[in-house]
Amino acid sequence: MRADRRTFLRTALAAGALLGALIPVVLSTVARADTLADIMKAGVIRIAVPQDFPPFGSVGIDLKPLGYDIDVANLIAAKLGVKAELVPVTSANRIPYLQTKKVDLVISSLGKNPEREKVMDFSVAYAPFFNGIFGPADVKVEKVEDIAGMTVGVTRGSVEDLELTKVAPPTADIKRYEDNNSTISAFLSGQVKVVATGNVVAAAILARNPPKKPQVKVLIKNSPCYVGLNKDEPKLLEKVNAIITAAKADGSLEKISQKWLGAPLPADL
Amino acid sequence: MAYSFDFSSLADYAPVLVKGVAITVELIGVGGALGVTLGIACAWAKTQGPRWLRPLVEAYVELIRNTPFLIQLFFIFFGLPAIGVGLTEMQAAILAMVINLGAYACEIIRAGIEATPKGQFEAGASLAMSRLQTFRHVVLVPALQKIWPALSSQIVIVMFGSAVCSQISVEELTFAANFIQSRTFRAFEAYIVATVLYLALAVLVRQVMRGIGALVFPRRSVAR
Repeated sequence: MRADRRTFLRTALAAGALLGALIPVVLSTVARADTLADIMKAGVIRIAVPQDFPPFGSVGIDLKPLGYDIDVANLIAAKLGVKAELVPVTSANRIPYLQTKKVDLVISSLGKNPEREKVMDFSVAYAPFFNGIFGPADVKVEKVEDIAGMTVGVTRGSVEDLELTKVAPPTADIKRYEDNNSTISAFLSGQVKVVATGNVVAAAILARNPPKKPQVKVLIKNSPCYVGLNKDEPKLLEKVNAIITAAKADGSLEKISQKWLGAPLPADL
Repeated sequence: MAYSFDFSSLADYAPVLVKGVAITVELIGVGGALGVTLGIACAWAKTQGPRWLRPLVEAYVELIRNTPFLIQLFFIFFGLPAIGVGLTEMQAAILAMVINLGAYACEIIRAGIEATPKGQFEAGASLAMSRLQTFRHVVLVPALQKIWPALSSQIVIVMFGSAVCSQISVEELTFAANFIQSRTFRAFEAYIVATVLYLALAVLVRQVMRGIGALVFPRRSVAR
């Protein structure tokens, strides 16, 4: 009993001490909230990147992360003149990593939506992410009505399946396949004329250097990727935006897009 | 059980299910008839046919019986277009089923033929029948009668195999169930309905086979 009480007291004391030590830290971050200065001081920027989402982020044969997001992360670090510390995250934990300040930036094919905008800030868009109707160069499709009478391949149950089903003309023959690989095979073997899919899947097709090169014909849904950062970091946000805007202007972002997506950056990005 | 069933959400998709059943019936109707015909031809070739044909049939039967149906289907649908043979998904599905059933039916029917006493062939020959006539009238029908239940089961198995045709976008019953599942997220209900429909179709196929058997083998009642 007595030993118990002593243990309890000790625990309470320890907890109190810990809290006491933490409060100034928390207060100081709230008070200063200048992550940019911290980064410059430390000479390191911590960036959350995906490792399970090629071509944005995956792990190479040398076990190093590689992809569109990794290149952008390194670009931003280089322009800041600091070292990049890449933190691999999943799509489920990328925002918690940012909120708990385990990372300074999230460059993890992050889309913008109102829920997310409540808890974090977004830079300007750095990568295209959309789904649409893709077809070879010789197939003429300019708007969704043009697919009337055509066979269109799509992966069953995907976002593009649901969207396409809503907007496709009734004479379009929609063939639904079990997974993206079957949809790709149907396109490459000529079983379907065009496919409705994401630009990432189209990039995966292009990466195989096939005889039929899918080009985007009609945009179905556009949700580009943004760099995510914590709220109330105006200096960091401004700096990141400046770096991305400059990278768009000098062609270095275009190079990254060509390298990983096999397609130019859309003009409206 | 905490799950609350909601079959009403499936009601909107009734046309998808009806179409699914119709296409499964079409697949097994056409595929079954042509497959059994191919099986009979192969069984004849293997037991009575010209000597040069036998290794070819042997190779075909072994190739098909020792590879998965899904691979055969993908080979036809995704593979053949590379050499310029583009089939629609229905043609590819039926072709795959015919080729698949043909190989199994061949072995089943061959067993029936080999179980036919040699004297029956000799009886045919003594009636001045040609080899083909003997096969057609004296050997084949009793052979089929012997293996009819096994053949019926094989056709039902091939019908269940047709479920994988949904992989190449054939909108048969499994496709319908998957489609409804991906739209309503009512997986349990969708697959219960599909299960019941497959069960009903299997019973139907067996009844049809029994009916055909009663028409083709009326002697059976006399013989026993």
